[in-house]
Amino acid sequence: MAEKPIQGERKAFLTGNEVVAYAAVAGEADIMYGYPITPQNEIMHYWTRMAPKYGKRFLQTEDELSAGFTTLGGVLSGAKAFTATAGPGNTLMQEPMSMAEMMRIPAVFVIQQRGGPSTATVIYSQQEVTMTTYGGNGEGFRVVYSTATHQDLFDYTIKAFNTAWKYRFPTFVLGDGYQAKMRESVTIYDPQARGIELIKPTPYLGKPGSIGKDREVTHMRNTYNTEEELYEVVMSMAKEYDSVAPEIVEFDAREVDDAEIVIVSHGVVSRAALSAMLELRGAGYKVGYFRPVTLRPFPGDQLRKVADNAKRLLVVESALGQFNKLVQTNIYGSAATIDTIFKPGVGVTSEEIVAKIKATL
Amino acid sequence: MSVAPRMPKCWREESKPHKFCPGCGHGLVLKALGEAIDELGIQDKVVFGADIGCSLLAWDFFNCDTVQTHHGRTTPVVTGVKRANPDLVCIAYMGDGGGYAIGSQHLFNAAARNERILAVLVNNTQYGMTGGQMAPTTLPGQKTETSPYGRDIEQAGYPTQGPEAVAAITQDGAYVARGTVANLRQLKGFLKKALENQMAGNGFSFVEALSTCPTNWRTNAAKTWEFVEKEMTKYFKVGEIKAPGQKKEA
Repeated sequence: MAEKPIQGERKAFLTGNEVVAYAAVAGEADIMYGYPITPQNEIMHYWTRMAPKYGKRFLQTEDELSAGFTTLGGVLSGAKAFTATAGPGNTLMQEPMSMAEMMRIPAVFVIQQRGGPSTATVIYSQQEVTMTTYGGNGEGFRVVYSTATHQDLFDYTIKAFNTAWKYRFPTFVLGDGYQAKMRESVTIYDPQARGIELIKPTPYLGKPGSIGKDREVTHMRNTYNTEEELYEVVMSMAKEYDSVAPEIVEFDAREVDDAEIVIVSHGVVSRAALSAMLELRGAGYKVGYFRPVTLRPFPGDQLRKVADNAKRLLVVESALGQFNKLVQTNIYGSAATIDTIFKPGVGVTSEEIVAKIKATL
Repeated sequence: MSVAPRMPKCWREESKPHKFCPGCGHGLVLKALGEAIDELGIQDKVVFGADIGCSLLAWDFFNCDTVQTHHGRTTPVVTGVKRANPDLVCIAYMGDGGGYAIGSQHLFNAAARNERILAVLVNNTQYGMTGGQMAPTTLPGQKTETSPYGRDIEQAGYPTQGPEAVAAITQDGAYVARGTVANLRQLKGFLKKALENQMAGNGFSFVEALSTCPTNWRTNAAKTWEFVEKEMTKYFKVGEIKAPGQKKEA
């Protein structure tokens, strides 16, 4: 059996789904559970080709409910387990995700957003932001990385396993159909060769040893009898989430110090935003760029500072304001005004952003 | 002074008396299951998944590792555990609503894939925890909160024959039986064989247990036993339905 899929590091020209599969293998995931839905299918295709070579497993389930719940089962037995989905599959998977939140199960979910509502398109959108950050019947105790490039997909898929197992909150890699299907160059690497320590999983259930002699029995519950009992559980989880959030938060801010307007975007749209900012800066406009990498927890304090300073934001997204809701909630009280480019289910080009800013500045 | 009946060794004393209603069959099914676990000496290797519904009250019933899940989702959780660690003995414990209605796709697909798990389904002909609504197993004419004039087979069909359906779609290696709380020794035998079948790696194991719900049936002790022994067995035949190596009936 081959030991490692990637020795050292190398340049590759891959689709995003392929990158995720490579990253999951390199990040020492043990098992994937999945159900077909476009545009994430090739994650399963590449995983199932590589998995047997590295002693890893795969189960194709009957639906996304099952893919999510079997993933939780895998984690409970001490495996680094993950699944991938999109669109209506993401909707179904909110149910297992809420169980992962309640029981602090470090499952990893890769979401390749497609158009919505409903079946919509199989192609692209940023319309699964609200669902991925705050879906399910819960309070959003989860970590969501929004990727912009294939390098992000590789880096953050590896990181997602570490974040999940370190903090014991379910962790999401939020991509989209463009990233999933597009081919671009990426450096893939053995994380350990780069000094990235991969956190080892430990079982919740079925630990070795004899109950009552050399280990305690484990009883995991998600049902509580009274309002007060639940309140204690939720509040202690909130406290813990808030206390680790500053360590988890990631963002990219450029040219914001003297900016008169800052483009705020996430995911693949931030690539257009970055090009637009560079082009406008070249033409003498004082434009900045802010991209939250984590949508949960959200870099709220950092963005508020930027907003207070620039007084104007342009929020750009391939949805009808889902990301903007996060922005507004997090900078509430700031005097900054917000312009928007909302294109639900449609890509955004740098030209549109440049034109919008030139027209308004 | 009378001596209390012996509890199975794998029962958790601290959670007894258990949380089920007086006269409920769950305690009997879990007694039979506990004795089977004891006899096989597998307490340390068992992962017990408790479905939502009355089954959830079993979440701290055993001194075995246990996880509560969601309504209908115990089969996939336990499947996920078993797939990642085949050395464990995995039991999905559910009611008729969890297994035959909201979780039917999981039960039947796990069966079709011949997952090496044991699903135990407690059939008491209605939804207990939510207050006595009609279930897939409600008998024709039986009154429930959502069939107050009796189950109308024109509208709601006949009771689901779960073990027969599972037997029909499983390959050789599966073990399928229907027991009853009215015959605990037989039920324990079925559960033990089913666990052995999983441990041998033969295939999917499924045991339905006919059970009682005097609370929602609104029956006294005599009527409760009459219902489980006489009425339920008109539709649900007790016995072993499929075992590895047995030829399928033509």
